[in-house]
Amino acid sequence: MKKISWIIWLLVTVAILGFFGYELLFKEQKPNFLPGAVTHGHFQIEMACDTCHIDPFGGEEVLQDACINCHGEELEKSLDSHPRKKFTDPRNADLLEILDARYCASCHLEHQDAMISDMGVSLPSDYCYHCHEEIGDERESHKDLPYDSCQSAGCHNYHDNRALYEDFLAKHLHEPNILPAMKTHDDFYESNLEKLAKVTGFDAQPLSLSDADNSDESKELMDGWLHSSHAESGVNCSQCHGSGEDYVEIPSHENCQSCHGFEVETFLKGKHGMRLAAGLSAMSPDDSKLAMHKSGSLEEHKELSCNSCHMAHEFETEFAAVDACVSCHNDEHSNNFENSKHFSLKDESGANKVTCATCHMPKVEVNDKGIKGFKVNHNQNDTLRPNEKMIRPVCLDCHGLQFSLNALADERLVESNFVGMPDKHIESLDWVEKRNSTKRDSVY
Amino acid sequence: MKKPSPMKKLATVATLGLAASLVGCGSETSEPAGIDPQVYTDSLFAVMKADRTNYTKLIIKRLGPAGADVIKPNEHWEDLDSGAPLPAQMFRFGSELVSDMTSEFTYSLQSIWPVNKQNAPKTPLEKEGLQYIVDNPGKNFYGTESLGGVDYYTAVYPDVAVAGPCVDCHNNHKDTPKSDFKLGDVMGGVVIRVPLTKS
Repeated sequence: MKKISWIIWLLVTVAILGFFGYELLFKEQKPNFLPGAVTHGHFQIEMACDTCHIDPFGGEEVLQDACINCHGEELEKSLDSHPRKKFTDPRNADLLEILDARYCASCHLEHQDAMISDMGVSLPSDYCYHCHEEIGDERESHKDLPYDSCQSAGCHNYHDNRALYEDFLAKHLHEPNILPAMKTHDDFYESNLEKLAKVTGFDAQPLSLSDADNSDESKELMDGWLHSSHAESGVNCSQCHGSGEDYVEIPSHENCQSCHGFEVETFLKGKHGMRLAAGLSAMSPDDSKLAMHKSGSLEEHKELSCNSCHMAHEFETEFAAVDACVSCHNDEHSNNFENSKHFSLKDESGANKVTCATCHMPKVEVNDKGIKGFKVNHNQNDTLRPNEKMIRPVCLDCHGLQFSLNALADERLVESNFVGMPDKHIESLDWVEKRNSTKRDSVY
Repeated sequence: MKKPSPMKKLATVATLGLAASLVGCGSETSEPAGIDPQVYTDSLFAVMKADRTNYTKLIIKRLGPAGADVIKPNEHWEDLDSGAPLPAQMFRFGSELVSDMTSEFTYSLQSIWPVNKQNAPKTPLEKEGLQYIVDNPGKNFYGTESLGGVDYYTAVYPDVAVAGPCVDCHNNHKDTPKSDFKLGDVMGGVVIRVPLTKS
């Protein structure tokens, strides 16, 4: 009897060890090793442990490297106001004992869902006070401000202050709510087709149906391609699908990347593509934590890839810029778009002058193969962490700075998709004007 | 970073062992050989001062508004076409890059009249040193201090206004606590810190 008990114990132990050991060592996803839920920024890749835990034997430096692997470039571009290098001087040793700002995880602790606030911050919201407690004595305007009000919309941001620093505010004093002219950017491919053809050696001549190198498909499909920007600029079937042994029925983002590198690169950095970037299956609206149409019109393309928004052959940017978004997103802001002033603005052809993409996927200046122009940033989260990041690349194309700050700080107005006027008034521009009137300007 | 091969490791250990035995042969006591901290920090400061002076005179003064007027020295230079970092910023960028490369020394530009309050002296030794170089023009200050459980050799060198734009900019800045600097005045100090013990 005793011998049987030992055998059973041994078998159970081996089975348990085998189960967990196999998951730990060989499975890509390790749900039984997840110590707690992760933030809204990372939940999509919570099962790809080694995206963050890049070395099982590493400490905080290894985790830090993982943060920088994904967020370093963004921080650098945003002229990060609190980079790690600001805190490595030993003179800050006393401050680091209170808050070790050398490590992202000091403020953005993961697997602690109960204590996470906006922007994935795991600290009480008065953290600025630890280093800037004298600001009330130094600036009259800041004297009686609450300790947790620094990061409120429109005033400061821990990392990105490109639209919030004093001289920038001073430059944009007294602007009208709506600027006289809307700043627009030409499409990179349309405006540079000839130059691109020259640089790449690609024959960018319009194609007809008889030119198609895979014409066995349905008429509807071929018509879609024939009237697309691809056919108009000489992109044949095999350019996306390959041919012979390399033929693929449904091209992936990797196929698109060969011509649209910037678009795919930015897509993989946002919440639409971050699972693909981590080597996981594509994101699906059903898995989102946001309000979504769980069974929307994208049923055929439930998984998020380039084709989900751009459709397989039409590559309609107009569909991708509004209809594709609202067919999945089911929150108040998205659903109110049709009632907004933005939606009512149409060009001569009746097309939307302002779309979801205008604000959430703004065109940014790039230099592709020596050709300068504007391409669509497909990382729709780039201007939402927090929303003041949208001011410079988006809002200021049409609106004054004061109006933009007020509007983005007004949560009700954001939810209504900017129907009406802001109830909030951000005072920072008033303070700047007052300081400018009492102090001399810099000579430069 | 590449890991050294076992042969390289062996060669390094052998070389160090040989060196240690030769040092041992040379003297009865086992005084560690090394550069005097003051010579080390003085030398570092000489390089920093030379680069800073050259940047101010050869770039900012020659190409800025006082010269050819083809660059715009500005605190927010990234936001300007042809914007160029101010000399004090250039110095700080150097310090930050150095901190990415080594922890064998750190340096910073500080002042008891800082435009940015974060650059005011913080540690008791910094405060003492910055005041000393203002009260004793032409002299440096040296001392040791303990920060975060590590002992440091800390040297403070006067940062003197070498060009008109330095004085002009500081005197007219909105956040300056002092607006009567003159050419040749000590406006602040360069603090160089060398760890004496490993953390």
